[in-house]
Amino acid sequence: MTPPKSPSNPPHEPPPIEVRDVTLSYGQRIIQDKLTFTVKKGATFIIMGGSGCGKSTLLRHLIGLHKPAAGTILRDGHDLWNCDMKTQHKIRQASGTMFQSGGLWSSMNLAENVAFPLQEYTNLNPREIKELCQVKLALVGLAGFENFYPAELSGGMQKRAGIARAMALDPKILFLDEPSAGLDPISARRLDELIIELRESLHTTIVVVTHELQSIFTIATDAIFLDSATHTMTAQGHPRQILQDTTDQNLIDFLTRGTGKTDRQQAI
Amino acid sequence: MGKAKRHARFSVTIDATRPGETILMPEGDWLKQMQIPRIGDLALPRDTKALVLDGTHIRNWDTMLLAFITRLEQYAESNTITFEVVNVPLGLKRLLDLTKSTSNKLQPPEREPESFLTALGNKTLQVFKSFASVNRFVGELVLTLLKFHVGLARTRWSDIWRQIALAGHMALPLISMIGFLIGLILAFIGSIPLKMFGAEIFVASLVGIGILRLMGPVMVGVVMAGRTGAAYAAELGSMNANDEIEAYRAMGLSPMETLVLPRFLALCFVLPPLCIYADLLGLAGGMAVGIFYSGLNRTEFLRQLSATTSLNDLFVGIFSGFVFGVLIAICGCYQGIRCKKNSTAVGQAATSAVVASLICMVIATTIITILCVILKI
Repeated sequence: MTPPKSPSNPPHEPPPIEVRDVTLSYGQRIIQDKLTFTVKKGATFIIMGGSGCGKSTLLRHLIGLHKPAAGTILRDGHDLWNCDMKTQHKIRQASGTMFQSGGLWSSMNLAENVAFPLQEYTNLNPREIKELCQVKLALVGLAGFENFYPAELSGGMQKRAGIARAMALDPKILFLDEPSAGLDPISARRLDELIIELRESLHTTIVVVTHELQSIFTIATDAIFLDSATHTMTAQGHPRQILQDTTDQNLIDFLTRGTGKTDRQQAI
Repeated sequence: MGKAKRHARFSVTIDATRPGETILMPEGDWLKQMQIPRIGDLALPRDTKALVLDGTHIRNWDTMLLAFITRLEQYAESNTITFEVVNVPLGLKRLLDLTKSTSNKLQPPEREPESFLTALGNKTLQVFKSFASVNRFVGELVLTLLKFHVGLARTRWSDIWRQIALAGHMALPLISMIGFLIGLILAFIGSIPLKMFGAEIFVASLVGIGILRLMGPVMVGVVMAGRTGAAYAAELGSMNANDEIEAYRAMGLSPMETLVLPRFLALCFVLPPLCIYADLLGLAGGMAVGIFYSGLNRTEFLRQLSATTSLNDLFVGIFSGFVFGVLIAICGCYQGIRCKKNSTAVGQAATSAVVASLICMVIATTIITILCVILKI
């Protein structure tokens, strides 16, 4: 598998996500501070960092579930918390999210889970919806599982189904929270391949939260590292480039599994 | 449906040099918001032996086109037509390959559709099985109680006290309100016909016997089934979903001892005092109606009450309350422990717990009432 190339954002379009000087906090407790970065169109952007550094919190802010304590998050040039309802609605529809444990609705089978957004937001007829659901499930390798309920599937399958539902509306941005966590190495690798394939064939911008090094080096075109000690991002760029350039010991430890700088080449 | 959709364009050509081959060329945009043709709309020649989809003129596309191609593929397969896709955009080609790739595909397990008779048979067996599993649960509970009695059960007193607090004094506000109002309602309903005969004084007897024997414990039971029984089912059900119950088992601890017994003992313990409390408030409600509506004075009311009701009425009520406590705890804990591991099942468990508690309570009340008649209590 060749490593994905870094895309360049078209100059005349606003980037899909732009974060300016954002602070994330729970009440008085600051989780992350002074975050400024841009996610380019068609990128696979990784938010990495150790446990509890606020990766998932940042993702929830990017999705628009929470309002940042300070700063602005622009989606396609619009501030989600400072625009009219119609634009807000449009921006939310233009993205799909896979949550850490799939987030599938347990009272619906897989076909119904994928069909739900299509029924709500498109005027396709039931037959077309059914066909689209079959295609989406086939894309994630779950053809024939239409009538299964989430509880009947393994964790990995639930994640795949979560991706199928997130892709239901062919979103421009796909948010994935820990896609390969808790999967066996082979399933994790296949999921990585699937992510690369989806990005390259549908030109979707993908934002991934993960701390799986293997995934980070395989799928990333761009990444940021959130440091839990300093409560801010300490690096941005392609993970390999970051590892080459950085002198930050926390970051080196993270990217080399704590083996230190001497083994850096080996880790790459 | 909103405004009419734009039609996706296409052309069908027949190659004269190759008989039986039809070339289908989608043109321009093929997107979800457009009207995608059905197979019938394509007007494919009847003698088509080979169908070629040529994607040279496709401009913008999304997965709707992928669904269309999949549909064509299925059509071709069922009509023994060879199907080929050429010159499509690279991304589309890769997605098509991905839908067919075997390394990506997971095999669904075989599931045979059940016939009506099989389904009926399975359902019937299910009923017998659930009887058996309730019996097993009750049996286990009795054994655990015996173990607790001889001091061998690993049940913590702190758990029991916590459950008593949750089920007991925290239910007092609700029970106060409902108890008082039920006494009030009972007295009102009774006093209307009694007034016609000038026998208002018997309101006291009506409220006394009605509340002490039946309405007090039944109302407490209904409140506790909805408040505590459902909570037990939901709490244990979600603990089961999070593997918390398995965690006890894995440590060699019986969930019967650690989870079920404290809840069971708590309910058995709090129901009788709650009944007495509800009885007092019910009588107060009845007395309020007697004094302010029927024009009785307090002494008259109390004298009539003590003349026509006996301690037996109170004891029957308290006993009923105790039985209800046992039933509610069993229904709630059983539904919670056997709950499946998803959020829908947790909801169902809570519902079943309340429904089963209420049914059991009605049956128990009937049995107790008949026994009291036979034994002349």
